[in-house]
Formats: sequence, structure tokens, C-alpha cells
Amino acid sequence: MPIQDLPNRAWATSEQLAAYVRLHALQMTHLGRSSHVGSAFSIADILAVLYADVLDVSSDDPKRQNRDRFILSKGHSGAALYATLAECGFMAVDYLKNHYQNGSVLSGHISHKGVPGVELSTGSLGHGLSVGAGMALSAKLKGEKHRVFVLMSDGECDEGSVWEALLLASHRRLDNLVAVIDYNKLQSLASVQDTLALEPFNAKLTAFGWTVHEVDGHDHSSLREAFSPESKVAGKPTVVLAHTTKGKGVSFMENKVLWHYRTAQGEEYENAVAELKAKIPAS
Amino acid sequence: MRDSFVNTVIDLMRHDDKVALITADLGFGIFNKIVEEFPGRFINVGVAEQSMIGTATGMGLEGWTVFAYSIGNFSTLRCLEQIRNDAAYHEVNVNVVASGGGFTYGALGMSHHATEDLSILRALPGVTVVAPCDAYESAEATRALAARPGVGYLRIEKDVPIATKDAGAFTIGSARRLRQGRDVCLIGSGGIVSEAMKAADRLADEGVSCSVVSMHTLSPLDEALVLQVAGEHRAIVTVEENTIHGGLGGAVAEILAESSARVSFKRVGLPGVYSSIVGDQDYLRQKYGVDSEAIYAAAKLLLS
Repeated sequence: MPIQDLPNRAWATSEQLAAYVRLHALQMTHLGRSSHVGSAFSIADILAVLYADVLDVSSDDPKRQNRDRFILSKGHSGAALYATLAECGFMAVDYLKNHYQNGSVLSGHISHKGVPGVELSTGSLGHGLSVGAGMALSAKLKGEKHRVFVLMSDGECDEGSVWEALLLASHRRLDNLVAVIDYNKLQSLASVQDTLALEPFNAKLTAFGWTVHEVDGHDHSSLREAFSPESKVAGKPTVVLAHTTKGKGVSFMENKVLWHYRTAQGEEYENAVAELKAKIPAS
Repeated sequence: MRDSFVNTVIDLMRHDDKVALITADLGFGIFNKIVEEFPGRFINVGVAEQSMIGTATGMGLEGWTVFAYSIGNFSTLRCLEQIRNDAAYHEVNVNVVASGGGFTYGALGMSHHATEDLSILRALPGVTVVAPCDAYESAEATRALAARPGVGYLRIEKDVPIATKDAGAFTIGSARRLRQGRDVCLIGSGGIVSEAMKAADRLADEGVSCSVVSMHTLSPLDEALVLQVAGEHRAIVTVEENTIHGGLGGAVAEILAESSARVSFKRVGLPGVYSSIVGDQDYLRQKYGVDSEAIYAAAKLLLS
């Protein structure tokens, strides 16, 4: 069942956008025989809410000075961001099929080179929050009002550099910075709990001086509320601890480390497409 | 060298309100003027070098010219991936500064000896690598790196006993001829050039005519100058307070090996070991074979 016949930019709601992002990411990783489809599904709702309803960004002027900044620090989920950007008009949806292909600009880990709308190339974990803090600090120094969002993975928080940035952002009172943690509780080889436990995670983040909003990372209205400027506390950076499910949207992929790496082919691919298509919300 | 760097940064900050200085909690006393005059643009991120380069990159992406300062290997090796992936790949104007090149911090020990930085930074595409030989070059390099797009690496040292201002203008990527001779050309990078000058004096006393070149920019290297001096001299000796592997000597060797030049060549640099003997800079230079005596001996060997 080909999915190329999906109508381009046919979404009206963040829920519909999320469904398209998942379908694209599935097809992109299928065509490229690439990994990380489970990680892409984990953040599809977060990206959809951000790009449909929260971020002040425009494909007409991707570098507009007063735009909100978005950094995907978990660069391995690049397929999901490329798909979101395409659905938001930053590139042709048709170009997504070049993901992971020779000669393309859509690398497996997110890259800004030649891709409008990507603020930062990442792929090595633990880089994005420091860069986001620098952007937020710059906005403070210049008196600019936009916000900076950084989406990280939970496994990424094993990196010491994340905690360096957490310290800096609260010390510098960067209340224009919003970190989002995709807390699906699975990392590269096993669960977060068995690998390097983050709990009590909320308490740690709170102790580092951040305002923490714990939400269901697949519930769009909760995400919208957490991302709202009204949810911040003046003088404190915000972290949205989004409880997610790796592989969300395809029953046999959900909560399985295997789908950090495995690429859907053959019958698996057909079944996944069917499941996702059946879940596209009606307009 | 360090004072001329700081004074130049102050001057740059006075003329451009998008110049900032970030430190990872080092530089006791030297930044007082900056803190006083530009408190908002002096950012101490704490003992957190990855954070320093990441934050600098974020500011660079927002149009700032940033100097990111620490000492020894802290501003380079500790956060090398941030320099590569964040700053260099995004072509921001972030200038990484390491105070204390080579054995500057002598008796503090191996952790504080920046003795591979030139080789490692030189390997990164798009990073301009500069090791000034004196206070004049340090000031000029600071100004030039601020004006030059992209990432810079500035390796500075404590005071050196030479002053090369009269030897001509400083331009990134163009080596400066400090002394003109015919027999052997000593090409040095950084404060160790003062040892090359000493060796040149001694060789001159013995009737050997020496050129001395300050190859302050290791990347992009002045290839034309190397080929030119190869044609003008019987021998070339490179001099660096850095590992002998892949630094200045390696860079010059690469150029000579791929050319038709017929010139004797020797690298003077640190052997491939970590320092474990305690001593001040002069002592360690002598112990590890990069002092004027070693340079003199290398030149004599090539001319014999």
C-alpha cells in the first residue's frame, strides 16, 4: 500500500499533522532502510503541537529575527522533524523520499545544511541545550521576546553536558528557554531505569532550578498548555517532561527497544502503514 | 601575550556591542576591566567547557562575535566535539582561546601542558588556527580572528623575550619573515620562536646565515612561503612546542613531500610522550628537546 498518494499539507489540526509525520517518518526510514523510527514516533505529537500551534515560525521567512527557535537535540529523530518541516511548507513533501539517500541533504541525524527551518545540526547527544541556552541568553542581552525550545531524549540526559546547561540556564534566569524531554523510558540498549536511572527525574530538574511540567507527551491539549507562555514562571527556565511511548502509533512497535534500530520492511511495513492510516483523525 | 589579547578584546568590545567574552571560570584578575565596563557581555559559565562552547555557538548563531577563554587543554580537548559539531559546522564567529600553550604552565604538570592542541585543531575543517609568537602578534591575531568569519583558535602564552612588530604587518595565513638569511630557514609557531631566534644568533656567530619565520597561522598554512623558502635555503627546520606529530612540522612536511623542492628538512618538536618530569617552561623545553640548543643542533645536522 503506497503512501505517496497522501495529500500534501492536508492537515488542519495538530492531531492530523502528527499522523502525517508518523506516516512520512515510517516511509522515510523504510525507503532509507534506516533506524530510529520508534524515536520519531515518540516525538511526533510534540513536534506537531509545536509547529501547528506554538512556535512562531514561518516557511516564508525561515530566518526572521523574531521567530521562535527550535532545536532538535535528539538528532537521531531527524526524520520526524524533516517530515514536520515539509508538512509546514519549509520543503517539498516529495523531497522527503530522499532521506538517507546518496546525494541528499536529509541525513539520518538532523542537519541544517540546505534544509530551511533547521536551526541546529545535531546527532551527538547533549549538545542542543547549551546552544539553546546561548540563543536564549542572546535574546535576553538584546531584549528580544522570542522563545527557544530544545527537544531532548531521556537517554541524552546521561550526558554531563546536559546538566552543565541546566545549571547555566537557571543561573542566568533564562525564562525564555523551554526544554522538552521525550521521556519514553527506553534508551539504546535497555530501559532508562536499567541503564542509568534518571528518577526521581522531576525532583532533579526542580532542584536544578527549572519549572517542571509533567505531561502526557501524546496528549495535544496537555502539551499545548505546557508550552503556553503562561505556563512559565518569571526568571526560571521551563522543562516539559513529556511521558511518551517509543514507537507510539504502531502497536507492534510500541515500547520496544528493537524499534530504536529496526526498519520496517515487507509485511511489517504494510501493517504499520495500515495502522497509521486508520488513525488519521477526520477533519 | 595574554595582556595584549585582553586589551584588544576590550578595544573590540568598545567598538562593537556584539562582541562578548565567555570563560569557563578562568582568567583570575585579567578580565576585571571587561567585567567593570561590559558586565552583560562577560559570561562566566562556571567550570563547564562544553557549556562554554555550546553557549558561545548559540550566541554566534545569533550574530555575536564570541571569545571563549580557558587555559591549557580545557578550552580545546575537553570540548572538542562542541568545537567541531556546534561551532565549526555552523560556521559561527566563535574564537576559542587557550592561554598557556606548550609548557607555559611548566611545573603545574601534564594536565596543564597544551602539547597536542595545534595538531588536533589543525585537523578540523574551517577552524583558523593561530599561535602568535609575541604580544604584537597576539593583539593582531585577536583583532583578525574577530573580523574573520568562522571559528578561530588562538593559542597564547605568557610573556616572551621578543618583539616582532617591526617585521611587517600581520595577516592571517601569511607567515612573517623575522630574519632573512641564506643557509637555513627556521620556521616556528608560537612563543618558541624566541628560541629559534636564539639559535639563529648562535648559528650566525658561527657563520651560518639563518632565516627565521613566524608561521603564526597553522591553518590555513602559508604554503607559498614554505615553497619559497625551500627554494632559497639548503635546509628547513620547523620549531614548535607541540607534539612532533601532525603540527607545524607535519604540515610543512606535507607540503614539501608533495613538491619538487630539494631541501633538507627536520622537525623540532616534542617527542610522542606525555611529560612527567617537573619543571618550569625553560627546563621542560630543554628536557624535551625543543630549546635553542636542540634547534641549533638540528640545523647543524642538516648542514653537515
